[in-house]
Amino acid sequence: MNKLVPCLVALAGTLLAASVAAKDVTLLNVSYDPTRELYRDINNAFAAQWKAQHGDSVTIQMSHGGSGKQARSVVDGLPADVVTLALAYDIDAVSDRGLIARNWQTRLPDNASPYTSAIVFLVRKGNPKGIKDWADLVRPGVQVVTPNPKSSGGARWNFLAAWGYALKQPGGNEAKARAYVQELYKHVPVLDTGARGATNTFAQRGIGDVLIAWENEALLAQRQLGKDKFEVVVPSVTILAEPPVSVVDANADKHGTRAVADAYVQFLYTPQGQEIAAKNYYRPRLQDVAARYASQFPATHTFTIGEVFGDWRQAQAKFFAEGAIFDQLGAGR
Amino acid sequence: MSRHPRSRSMGWPRRIAHVALILLALVFLVAFLLLPLATVFVEAFRQGVAPYLQAIWQPEARSAIRLTLLVAAIAVPLNVVFGVAAAWAMTRFEFRGKTLLGAFIDLPFSVSPVISGLVYVLLFGAQGWFGPWMEGHGLKVIYAVPGLVLVTVFITLPFVARELIPLMQSQGSEEEEAARVLGASGWQLFFRVTMPNIRWALLYGVLLCNARAMGEFGAVSVVSGHIRGLTTTMPLEVEMRYNEYDYVGAFAVASLLALLALLTLAVKTLLEWRYGDEIAAHAPGGH
Repeated sequence: MNKLVPCLVALAGTLLAASVAAKDVTLLNVSYDPTRELYRDINNAFAAQWKAQHGDSVTIQMSHGGSGKQARSVVDGLPADVVTLALAYDIDAVSDRGLIARNWQTRLPDNASPYTSAIVFLVRKGNPKGIKDWADLVRPGVQVVTPNPKSSGGARWNFLAAWGYALKQPGGNEAKARAYVQELYKHVPVLDTGARGATNTFAQRGIGDVLIAWENEALLAQRQLGKDKFEVVVPSVTILAEPPVSVVDANADKHGTRAVADAYVQFLYTPQGQEIAAKNYYRPRLQDVAARYASQFPATHTFTIGEVFGDWRQAQAKFFAEGAIFDQLGAGR
Repeated sequence: MSRHPRSRSMGWPRRIAHVALILLALVFLVAFLLLPLATVFVEAFRQGVAPYLQAIWQPEARSAIRLTLLVAAIAVPLNVVFGVAAAWAMTRFEFRGKTLLGAFIDLPFSVSPVISGLVYVLLFGAQGWFGPWMEGHGLKVIYAVPGLVLVTVFITLPFVARELIPLMQSQGSEEEEAARVLGASGWQLFFRVTMPNIRWALLYGVLLCNARAMGEFGAVSVVSGHIRGLTTTMPLEVEMRYNEYDYVGAFAVASLLALLALLTLAVKTLLEWRYGDEIAAHAPGGH
């Protein structure tokens, strides 16, 4: 036992030394669930470019999880240099704590969303229930899988897509939208906490007839789990999901990584970054890249959050806050 | 430990009940323990040995293994020291608040691991009680290795103490008092008298403590921050890979965890088998 104490002291010393020495050029990108494959490719490409331009090697560490939870972790001290989350509200939450400048969404082009996605349906091969549009989801006997909007950013996009669809129907209004969404959530047998969890519920556990998902998530699931098993259905009208990115000012300044972090988020807008996004099933912003991947992203009528709901803070307050519409629908049970 | 049932002549109904009970236990064991365990290995080797080895040789997997072992290597000795001290205090001294101490030792058993993790975030997170102070002094606990160690220590705190207390209670302190009278110093008394008496229970405690330290998910998940290759332990790595559609990878890492558990079990069984009599001699009645 008397040898134990020196051992422990030595161990603790090594630990401290290790955490101090690791301060070369390292970025931490805190992201949401379905971006794992995207940022694996982005990070490799960016590191190569940075090395070529500056001679420094940069290592980008990743943390993935539910978007809201990730934002919370950054607020609680997860030392993110960059956040790449599912929706602007989550970055607003970090900004509210003073870690990110208020104007973060106008610092980068396109609402600080370098790539977009649409909310689409994933159905089983042959589309046995004949799902073509939002109206088909509330037919008797159709089971819908979508995660819980309280915890999942993707689920909030899904909810707003459904709401917007109902609003945009002939004669559509708030009351009709509410009725449609309420009916829709009656068809949901299980509300997973995250988008990837919902995909696994649908694809691996075989629950439900249709998964409402990000287009990138649906296409990826199709690639990973078999093209012969699933089909992607793009509805007539859907929301254009804009997952935003930002440098976390306070952390980047503290770590002295501002220059790399800025270059990193700007890299996402370059032709190379856009190409990688498209390859990973995110809709690129650059027109000529989009044109090359046109067959992958069927044209559909999309609306943005700004066009229908104002902005994310308003949408959050109206639909997903405690006691707001989602709670009133009794869908969360 | 008696293998042979006291076989006086049993009547048929009793014998049937006997067999039925054994069968029931067997079916239960197979269905709830062996099958899932087998699944882990079947899934891990689904695509053969090469993908399996590749999966566990990835840098992220290696770092997860290293981190898991490191956390256990710090948390277990700390809890050995604490467990022995606590058991010593509980069984050798009378003091006010003794029952309270006993209750505190059990606390980690009764609190949900997720809550234990959250408590540390509330204490040491950037918005927490001590967060700003630690931030100012450049100390990182949450979302770093110290946080992982901290919650693991908390979660595994009762194992050693709970293993020792009943034993030391039943043994009483006569031997120690005798040693004291014969002029043994405190440390002599501890290493020459107490330690030999409790070493088997202590070893059990260490094994259990270690198993839990390596396998803990909930609390560790809360304070980890899930930074790949830096703060992900093996259980977190398993979940992460499963979520990445990397099923072989997920089950490969899971199989390593299972192997570590099996190894622990094997060591325990080996010791029981090798030193069975000695253990029985030191065990309190029926333990």
